[in-house]
Amino acid sequence: MIKKEKWEEIEAINNEKISEPNLNLNNGLTLSRRDFLKISGTGLFVFFLVGEPGKFLGDFQTQPRPREYPDDFNAYLLIGEDGRIRCFSGKVELGQGIKTSLAQILAEELDVSLEVVDMVLGDTALCPYDMGTFGSRTIKYFGPALRQAASEARAVLIELASEELKVPKERLATENGFVYDMEQPERRIAYGQLTRGKRIERFLTPKPQPKPIEKHRIAGKALPRLDAKEKVTGKALYAGDIILPHMVYARILRPPVHGAKLKSLNLDELKDIPDIEVIQDGDLLAVLHPTFDGASKALKKIKAEFDLPPAELNEENIHDYLVKMAPQGNIVDQKGNLEEGEKLAREIIEATYLNPYVAHAPIETHTALVSIEKDEVKVWVSTQRPFGVQSDVAQVLGVPVNKVRVFPVYVGGGFGGKNAHRQAVEAARLARKAGKPVMVVWTREEEFFFDTFMPAAVVKIRSGLDQNNRLVFWDYTVFWAGDRSSQVFYDIPHYRVLSRGGWSGAASAHLFSVGPWRAPGSNTNVFARESHLDTLAARSRTDPLEFRLAHLTNERMRRVLTRLAEEFGWRPAAAPSGRGYGLSCADYLGTYVAAMVEIDVDQKTGIIKPKRMVCVQDMGEVINPEGARQQIEGCLMMGLGYALSEEIHFRGGQILDLNFDRYEIPRFSWLPEIKAVVLENNSVPAQGGGEPAIINVGAAVANAFFDKTGIRLTRLPLNRRRVLEALKEKK
Amino acid sequence: MKQKISFYLNNRPVILETEPDRPLLWVLRNDLKITSPKFGCGEGYCGACTVLLDGEAVRSCQTEISRVNGRHVITLEGLSDGEKLHPVQQAFLKHEAFQCGFCTSGLILEILALLQKKPKPARAEILEVLEDHLCRCGAHKRIVEAAEEAAALMRGGRK
Repeated sequence: MIKKEKWEEIEAINNEKISEPNLNLNNGLTLSRRDFLKISGTGLFVFFLVGEPGKFLGDFQTQPRPREYPDDFNAYLLIGEDGRIRCFSGKVELGQGIKTSLAQILAEELDVSLEVVDMVLGDTALCPYDMGTFGSRTIKYFGPALRQAASEARAVLIELASEELKVPKERLATENGFVYDMEQPERRIAYGQLTRGKRIERFLTPKPQPKPIEKHRIAGKALPRLDAKEKVTGKALYAGDIILPHMVYARILRPPVHGAKLKSLNLDELKDIPDIEVIQDGDLLAVLHPTFDGASKALKKIKAEFDLPPAELNEENIHDYLVKMAPQGNIVDQKGNLEEGEKLAREIIEATYLNPYVAHAPIETHTALVSIEKDEVKVWVSTQRPFGVQSDVAQVLGVPVNKVRVFPVYVGGGFGGKNAHRQAVEAARLARKAGKPVMVVWTREEEFFFDTFMPAAVVKIRSGLDQNNRLVFWDYTVFWAGDRSSQVFYDIPHYRVLSRGGWSGAASAHLFSVGPWRAPGSNTNVFARESHLDTLAARSRTDPLEFRLAHLTNERMRRVLTRLAEEFGWRPAAAPSGRGYGLSCADYLGTYVAAMVEIDVDQKTGIIKPKRMVCVQDMGEVINPEGARQQIEGCLMMGLGYALSEEIHFRGGQILDLNFDRYEIPRFSWLPEIKAVVLENNSVPAQGGGEPAIINVGAAVANAFFDKTGIRLTRLPLNRRRVLEALKEKK
Repeated sequence: MKQKISFYLNNRPVILETEPDRPLLWVLRNDLKITSPKFGCGEGYCGACTVLLDGEAVRSCQTEISRVNGRHVITLEGLSDGEKLHPVQQAFLKHEAFQCGFCTSGLILEILALLQKKPKPARAEILEVLEDHLCRCGAHKRIVEAAEEAAALMRGGRK
């Protein structure tokens, strides 16, 4: 029996909480102005520019940098008088671990402990403009600039200490947040003390010489993730966890089919429901309620009829349609002369490879909370592009960009899908009409409906072997996936790679949105190329690894493959050997990666069971090997989805797979034995690690299936139905 | 019609007046500001909303609040004792058994429910209770290892 006083105490706590936001909005740092050169406060500032190539950006490169932002820097460091080191960047933590690895780079170069570093990520008021977090680019491009900036900061601190301690610079060194005299180590001064009461601004010059890698003690080490404790205690806040006074949840009326037009609307049944509000803003009709479930219940009472467009396309005829609709395209890579090559060929081998639309399906659906306040529009949003959200929200509300602040939150998975942020624009429009903060949390059905899928795509390959089983020509055309990882790294005298239509949404033939999906284009291209390589190896009765090595002079790739064979225990045999071994290798924007898998096939059910997966990756310098392995493991597991089950079914603009009952993503029962090996290679600067390892999975599995059964499947996914049909046909 | 519903939330008594058919998930998140149970699919397929109801792992999006009346609900917020993490949390930390962290709360509670019933589960039993939990980042390997480690830690604690 609980005493009455206790009940009241709890009620009081709850009521108090309702009127109080559950987060500290300012993180102790408030900026009233966006002009970064006039940031108030003292300390040593080092402003720096991360030079990211515009290539490979798809639609995002067309988005101009808002003019409120300076163009000579896009990140900065602040060494405060409290001794804390803060780095401000528009990148975001999606689970890929950059909060930790960037802090390691910074702590290493500045000679401080990891504990005094704060990575302030994705806050548009505090951080300079950044395009977004995608393409495995953060460590590759941001890392070196951050390292340079930290090196510059260290040089400035030594200068300051030289004046303070009256010791020549050459005699000074840094350690654990102090500058000290190498001759009298007890003479030392803390960084915070050096910057106290001062305001020092530096723009990065190319002068500083970062530490040699051999001296690293923090960067390059498998240090624990900085986001770990918050995530295992439930304290990590995601956009949907933010609570503001008077906020309401919106559920939006959606068409059943892309391209449907509203015919009739009846809101009569909403009248009797307490606490709801109906908002219409142009084509947007929503019900608002203080609770998500209240809004959802009310939405079901709306009676709406739609005119539906014809539904001619579906997952079976889409590929022919896409080939027919493809633009002329452009040549990505070529050498020699295809006609000459064909003359050398003893045998010509042609094949067409297909993949379906694939969903991102992060467990966190697209979510946004927008609060329009007197001086500022505040936004909490699950996004890979905070600055993209900022400019789109500003535009739809008709306010200057610098009046919109996107606050940092954890993001529950992105995989490319959270480069799109329709939900934030919806929340902004509704918040303006409602006059109170509005939270939009997409249901799983909305998430599937509006997802920017990996595009369905086609690859056609024509190739030839000469009498010595040398690959003499390679005529490769990819439709609608883009050219990433389609370039030829095998030794072939005559080849041409043609790309006809990209993965991005612009100018597309698709009935619904498509966009970047973890390693965009590469999953399509590597599936096709590496499947075809195995077919060629089989035709020449050569072991698939041996066949590849015979056509490879690239030393980095040879090293990766050789190590992989050791780790896996690959013994040469021409396929099909009956063992169920499969191999694939690829170059993803400078990261070399290869995988071997062993599978079993259940002849009765058609289920392919992955037993073992080994992946070896050369990503240049590695900042956090444990973080890198986590990304590889995640890529292998996620990749099994597009290899074995994931496919969007549709009838015209109607998406048939709207929840996890129909759309099957990898489960625990699929878990094979997984081994992720990161090859040390400090001769190459750090490359990307978030995406590369996923791109081999489709081909490695298809090759293993061929090795097991002698059946070549050229269409993803290798689901139960296709496997059963193929097995039946063989008999 | 609203009803008075009282239950223990993380061992503290709670009373509220609400419609009895509301999902526990949204009562927790919206009315009680308990945000560790996550909304992932709304249909009970993904497991992100899993909480403990009298020690059993349940999908809070599929549990009507009236079912909870007079019973004990435990969420991730109720697991650690001040700064001291529960063994399952410690194991997740040690193995870094998450990436984005969105499915983590549901997984920790599901594993805890299993280990309370079965202190020494076989790997197959762990896989079975996790089968209907979805993790898109692909942390499965580490999650299973964390579950095994947690089992060992919890057995060790009991002597």
